[in-house]
Amino acid sequence: MTRAAAAILRKDLQIELRTKQSVPAMALFSVTAFVLFHFGLDRDRLDGALASGVLWVTLLLATVLAVNRLFAHEREQGGLDGLLLAPIDRTAVFVAKATALYLYLALLELVAIPAYAILLLGPSPLDQLPALLAVLALSNLGLACVGALVAALAAEARARDLLVPLLLLPLLTPVLIAAARATEPLFAVHPETGDLGKWVAVLGLYDLVFMLLSIAVFDFLLED
Amino acid sequence: MLYGKRLAPLAFTTAALFALALGLIFFYAPLEADQGFMQKIFYLHVPMAIVALCGFVAGGILAIQHLRTGERKWDVRSYVAIHLSIILGLGVLVTGSIWARASWGHWWLWDEPMLVSFLIIFLLYCCYQPLRFSIEDPERQGRYASVFAITAGAFVPVNFIAVRLAEQYTHPRVLSETGGSMPGEMRLTFLVSLVAMAFLFVTLWKIELTSKNASDQLRKLRRRLEGTAEDEGPEPVAEPVGAVN
Repeated sequence: MTRAAAAILRKDLQIELRTKQSVPAMALFSVTAFVLFHFGLDRDRLDGALASGVLWVTLLLATVLAVNRLFAHEREQGGLDGLLLAPIDRTAVFVAKATALYLYLALLELVAIPAYAILLLGPSPLDQLPALLAVLALSNLGLACVGALVAALAAEARARDLLVPLLLLPLLTPVLIAAARATEPLFAVHPETGDLGKWVAVLGLYDLVFMLLSIAVFDFLLED
Repeated sequence: MLYGKRLAPLAFTTAALFALALGLIFFYAPLEADQGFMQKIFYLHVPMAIVALCGFVAGGILAIQHLRTGERKWDVRSYVAIHLSIILGLGVLVTGSIWARASWGHWWLWDEPMLVSFLIIFLLYCCYQPLRFSIEDPERQGRYASVFAITAGAFVPVNFIAVRLAEQYTHPRVLSETGGSMPGEMRLTFLVSLVAMAFLFVTLWKIELTSKNASDQLRKLRRRLEGTAEDEGPEPVAEPVGAVN
């Protein structure tokens, strides 16, 4: 299974590397969103709850873009039939897709967070980097699992571009709550860790539940 | 099963229970000291919320059964349960909003975890039907809808935990372990309303299942009739329900 998943992942990353569709679009979108927030909120510098809220809403909306494209190549060129004909575990497809999404999100954050720090964020995120990285790593896991599941769920529907955000965003609300609450004190004018432990635990619980659940139900989405 | 078995007695029981519940609400339960008459909406709102949430989770459990057995009847059961819970959910949001306005002075309170989590769950389930009906292949439609129902069913408790942790609650916890501060008459009325609401849900669920079965059978019979009349070609795959011969 690991080999099959690695092969699918390699294929996805290679396509992404050559076409440069998802990650640049996500990065560009997030920078645009920061500009919009600057004008929409009429603020030059953000801190505290507002700063973490703007960052997480932007990241969640950028995730929608990647999820929309996650099965696009399989769908457009009939690659899914090939995957289904291959004698591999269906879970390998899920693992590969979720890992690809995780990597896209990590790359996105590599661009978006420095851009956010330069454009809008008041306090420097460098002081609280380890805590921030822990929150990002955990929330990316949740986003990747649920994102891969929703991508497969909507792949066969007619109005999939409409369904993906409508399905994904309510499902990701707990991630938004926990991640935004966890980073809120980190972005405060006088940074502290606050209830970091509690929110990291919530994120961990969410990740665990939805990872197991996605692995359990994903097989049924690719069953013909 | 063309006609629902035991549907008539069930419907009568539901009607009787509802009459009893309404009687208790308006004539037996005492007026609440600081909310007065408005507090009576509680006997409608809370049972409706509990039944709707149980309906969502039950939809997920029925969907697990569908994926395990692959039988279509479980999918229909899950679909009807979720569909009814969405309707009840709308009722919950409306009555909750009215109650919040009456007792706290606002139509909507963000620092109230029950209302907020319910809204998120409601928004998620609103996508169930669009998702289901935008997939054409009936077998795949059932499978995808079941996957959604299971995911969303598991989401219900996770979401409650996250929202509850996020807000300090102002919501009255009427059924805490100690029994809250509800006097006996109020608790009895509440329990009767809850049972009546659960019966209403089951009755409506059975009625809709019966009607779905009946239209399925009608479609089958009609198809057979056309098959013997013309005796040629493959059977039509599906026919709109409302089509007249």
